[in-house]
Amino acid sequence: MPLPADAPVVLRIAGVSKRFGALLANDRVSLELRRGEIVALLGENGAGKTTLMNVLFGHYVADEGVVEAFGRPLPPGQPRAALTAGVAMVHQHFTLADDLTVLENIVLGAAPLWRAGYGRTTARARIVALGERFGLEVAPDARAGDLGLGERQRAEILKALYRDARVLILDEPTAVLTPAEAEALFRSLRLAVAEGLSIVFISHKLGEVMAVADRVVVLRQGRVAGSMVTTATDRQALARMMVGAEIAPTVASETPAGPVLIELEAAHAEDRGRTPGLRGVDLVMHGGRITGLAGVSGNGQAALAAIVAGLATPCAGRLLIDGTPVGAGWSPHAAMAAGIARIPEDRQRTGSIADMNVAENAVLEAYGGRRFSRAGWMNRRAAEAFAAELIAAYDVRGGEPRTRAGQLSGGNLQKLILGRALAPAPRVILALQPTRGLDVGAVAYVHARLLEARARGAAVLLISEDLDEIQALADVIHVISAGRLSPALPRGTAVAALGGWMAGHGFGADADAA
Amino acid sequence: MRLEPIADPSALRLIGLPLAALALTALVGMALAALAGGAPLTVLGLIVSGAAGSRFALLETLNRATPLIFTGLAVAVAFRARLWNIGAEAQLYAGALAAVALGTGALAWPAPVLLTAMAGAAALAGALVLLGPVVLKVRFGVDEVVTTLLLNFIMLLVVSMLLEGPLRDPMALGWPQSRPLPPEARLPRILPGLRLHWGFALALIAAVATWAVTSRSTLGFEMRAVGLNREAAAYAGVPVNRVLLKTALISGGLAALAGFSEVAGAKGSLTLDLSPGFGYTGIIVAMLALLNPLGVVVAAVFVAGVFVGADSMSRAAGVPSYIADILLATALLSMVAAVMLTRNRIRRG
Amino acid sequence: MEILEILLSASFWAAAVRIASPLIFATMGELICERAGVLNLGIEGIMVAGAFAGWLAVYLGLPLWGGVGVALLVGMAFGLLHGGLTGPLGLSQHVVGLGITLLATSATYYAYRLALPRVTTPPRIEPFQPAPIPVLSDIPLLGPALFTQTPLTYLAFATVAVTAFVLGRTPLGLAIRAVGEHPQAVEAQGLSVHGLRLGAVVIGSGLMAVGGAFLTLSAFNSFFFEMVNGRGWIAVALVVFGAWRPGKALLGALLFAGFDAFQIRLQPLAPGVPYQVFLMLPFAFSILALVVMSRQARVPAALMLPFNRGDR
Repeated sequence: MPLPADAPVVLRIAGVSKRFGALLANDRVSLELRRGEIVALLGENGAGKTTLMNVLFGHYVADEGVVEAFGRPLPPGQPRAALTAGVAMVHQHFTLADDLTVLENIVLGAAPLWRAGYGRTTARARIVALGERFGLEVAPDARAGDLGLGERQRAEILKALYRDARVLILDEPTAVLTPAEAEALFRSLRLAVAEGLSIVFISHKLGEVMAVADRVVVLRQGRVAGSMVTTATDRQALARMMVGAEIAPTVASETPAGPVLIELEAAHAEDRGRTPGLRGVDLVMHGGRITGLAGVSGNGQAALAAIVAGLATPCAGRLLIDGTPVGAGWSPHAAMAAGIARIPEDRQRTGSIADMNVAENAVLEAYGGRRFSRAGWMNRRAAEAFAAELIAAYDVRGGEPRTRAGQLSGGNLQKLILGRALAPAPRVILALQPTRGLDVGAVAYVHARLLEARARGAAVLLISEDLDEIQALADVIHVISAGRLSPALPRGTAVAALGGWMAGHGFGADADAA
Repeated sequence: MRLEPIADPSALRLIGLPLAALALTALVGMALAALAGGAPLTVLGLIVSGAAGSRFALLETLNRATPLIFTGLAVAVAFRARLWNIGAEAQLYAGALAAVALGTGALAWPAPVLLTAMAGAAALAGALVLLGPVVLKVRFGVDEVVTTLLLNFIMLLVVSMLLEGPLRDPMALGWPQSRPLPPEARLPRILPGLRLHWGFALALIAAVATWAVTSRSTLGFEMRAVGLNREAAAYAGVPVNRVLLKTALISGGLAALAGFSEVAGAKGSLTLDLSPGFGYTGIIVAMLALLNPLGVVVAAVFVAGVFVGADSMSRAAGVPSYIADILLATALLSMVAAVMLTRNRIRRG
Repeated sequence: MEILEILLSASFWAAAVRIASPLIFATMGELICERAGVLNLGIEGIMVAGAFAGWLAVYLGLPLWGGVGVALLVGMAFGLLHGGLTGPLGLSQHVVGLGITLLATSATYYAYRLALPRVTTPPRIEPFQPAPIPVLSDIPLLGPALFTQTPLTYLAFATVAVTAFVLGRTPLGLAIRAVGEHPQAVEAQGLSVHGLRLGAVVIGSGLMAVGGAFLTLSAFNSFFFEMVNGRGWIAVALVVFGAWRPGKALLGALLFAGFDAFQIRLQPLAPGVPYQVFLMLPFAFSILALVVMSRQARVPAALMLPFNRGDR
């Protein structure tokens, strides 16, 4: 889209630095945004994109530097001031209160607090009108907790538009969307830009950056690594700039499939509030195979993983290990005893205990075994020795056995969890979003380890939202959508085909009705 | 403003802030003394000397610390697993009831056997009293804070009922009091001539044992995991509910031993004023000790010293002895704030 | 038969409403705090402080409403302390709450000893008198029960209506509910999480103190130690029982008070049963109510979770 070169600058970030303890998250970053422009802020995880936007929006106060909106400096640390100036942010983690309606979420903070009412009728009409204008229809009186992810995303953007935002910051907005939903989002964004809004679009996905942005600013390790017009660059150049080096794509060599190790037969699991359970899932996993489970999160992945991890049993149907159905004693211990290694989705919340040290986290799954305890008494020395082994073998940096686990970076924490899971040489590996939020180096490391396990005959269940990751690693792909599983799709299935399954097409009448 | 974790806090922070909390407590004490018309420094001095100024004072403080060590341990054990046991008072009375029921039961057992049985019965009674709310918690999701609190009131009424009924001492002329424990059901003094009974020694043993369990055993490891992150513990295969139930048994049992030690050691019979809130004060003790069982001993002696010192000061200077509770509340609040600030610094944004 | 007589007597219902009044104030106070995401276990002590402060102010010459105002202010002051420590400082709501209960209770007793050294029976004041509402008070049964109460009881009912209206219908109430559900959302919309929570805790604590003052200024005419006697904890249970809704919580308070009034009248009818058993019933009832309601109640999602700016 041609942009008049004299379009006025609506947002200027000049020399912003932000430090967290020893980490310099932003190092003299500058950036300009013109009216009617979409600028992509590109960078890998941990490059400082979100920190920069949080400074801009007033969640954080910069250590140095200024932010100007429409020619006037924004007072630091005040989201309210940013909103008043016409700058709004759509956060990566949705900020919708589940128990409030969409309307209530939208008018929250928009109306003055000390009023007798918040003018529901006018607000409702405005929300509907805005929705139609920008292609962002959401039912205003629906409970936010009952919305699907795409609708939640639309409600988030409506919140910004409702407050007459002129500058929109979108933090990884497509992370939870199907390809079709992402396309719809891009259409809405183009409508908004056509009306004179300006957009900063944070992403680490090259494809969508190329598709949607007018200009790209690349952040690397907290600094601006480069800035260019989208039409004058290509994916390879951007990737190099983002990582600072050439990245070799992960290649999975062909290996023969082993025996069936684990199976789900017509497995059902109950819904948990908004997140669907499973509705008749059949899944067969062979040794020496990586089974990729693609799909937008919140479609039953959690329920499926909970069953394999030993946290739940199917409410109908069966889980079989080596052809034998598991019984009532199915538990995390039973799962581990059966040779299943588990890498949980949320490494901070479920995978580790921040206030325990590295050694304690290392033995969290095995403290009851003979190596780490005798007759109910812990052997701390053995735990620390084991932790030291993991640190060395899995390249965990920034921590000793006695370091608080909360002090480890995300990547190093994930390596520790990976090490803990892989140390007993498991036959089955359940990996949930194993690379989410990691930088390129750590991602490559995790991938290499998963491939290594596959090579020695383990069955890997890789559950990921990242289609690139699934396509690079998986021998067999299933798509999960609304608690249903697609049939096994071969390696190399096109994104468009996967996207169709993700949107729920092809599952038959039952799924479409739901 | 925003709290930012400090990776390695300086020694100044680690020592200075808790000291500042103590200084604030002393300042509050001085202000209160002035309000009551006393000379601030004199009042403070009288509290200190009343708590530790003489052999008599010191022994009095240690005697008073004995039940507080037990209740402090009970609370520390529970809080480590993030089990909010606010019912140590009820468990204490349950223990006292069991001990008195057994001890006045005219059993012709030798003293060591009888005392051991009394302690065991007490611990069992206290454990069961806490087991109820914890079963409700793991089974129905009932918040244990309110249920344990309400049980304190119920238990006091139960004691009152029994003291006016089956347990009543006919010789006590209408005063609700149990029959006195016979000599073989009394805890002897540790040394002849020393006004300190074996309850204190038992408390120290309990502290060491609790320390060993919490910091060295697999159960202690599980309790800490459950307390620090229930979700991660469950994921890793820690049997969360079973750990909570075990914690309840230990915590309730420890609190009940305070009741046993008070009736068998200090008082010799059960009355309705056996505990001036030892169960509640146990929370202060545990928090001041940062939930460390060995720290509980130190904190209990400190807290007991404030009480004993304030009593003695009150007799001498006429400042109401309720000053002790205010000082402890101040110490509690300022100490938790100080600990938070040793680990985090306040930033503007 | 006798039981039926009790249930049909106007004095029983009047007593139930009277017993409910302090609980209504306290329950609304706790409910406001908890809707904003803050469990306020300072309630028991704040009620003690309110009971004493209101009474002392009147004893020293202030009008009755002045006493209510003083109680309110004292409660708000403790609320400020609670909100400050649990909000920006992020301290455990359990520990701070219990600490405040201890602080408020002991400070009250200390102040009592200073204000009235060496008294054996505390002096009395002239409390609020019943103010029958014309016409309405003539309705049989309902009239004496609901419309022949003291002005402070009417205020209690008005508090429920105002709380329900503010929480349900106004932008301020929306913000308070939101801050108890999803503080990050509130922050992202440009409102101050700490400010809202502090405000809710201050107001809520003020109401708790007024509930305490009801005991000294309306129910009785003097201040005694132990007079609050667990009412604060019962209010915490009633909030759960009422599923965090003002109307249901009011119903719970009335039900509880009716139960309490009933057991007092039941005592002479069962002379063989120790009186302690009857006194236990309200506490046992509260626990039972918790068990029944805990299964379905929807707790404010961010209750007891400290908020720190920038953590997400």
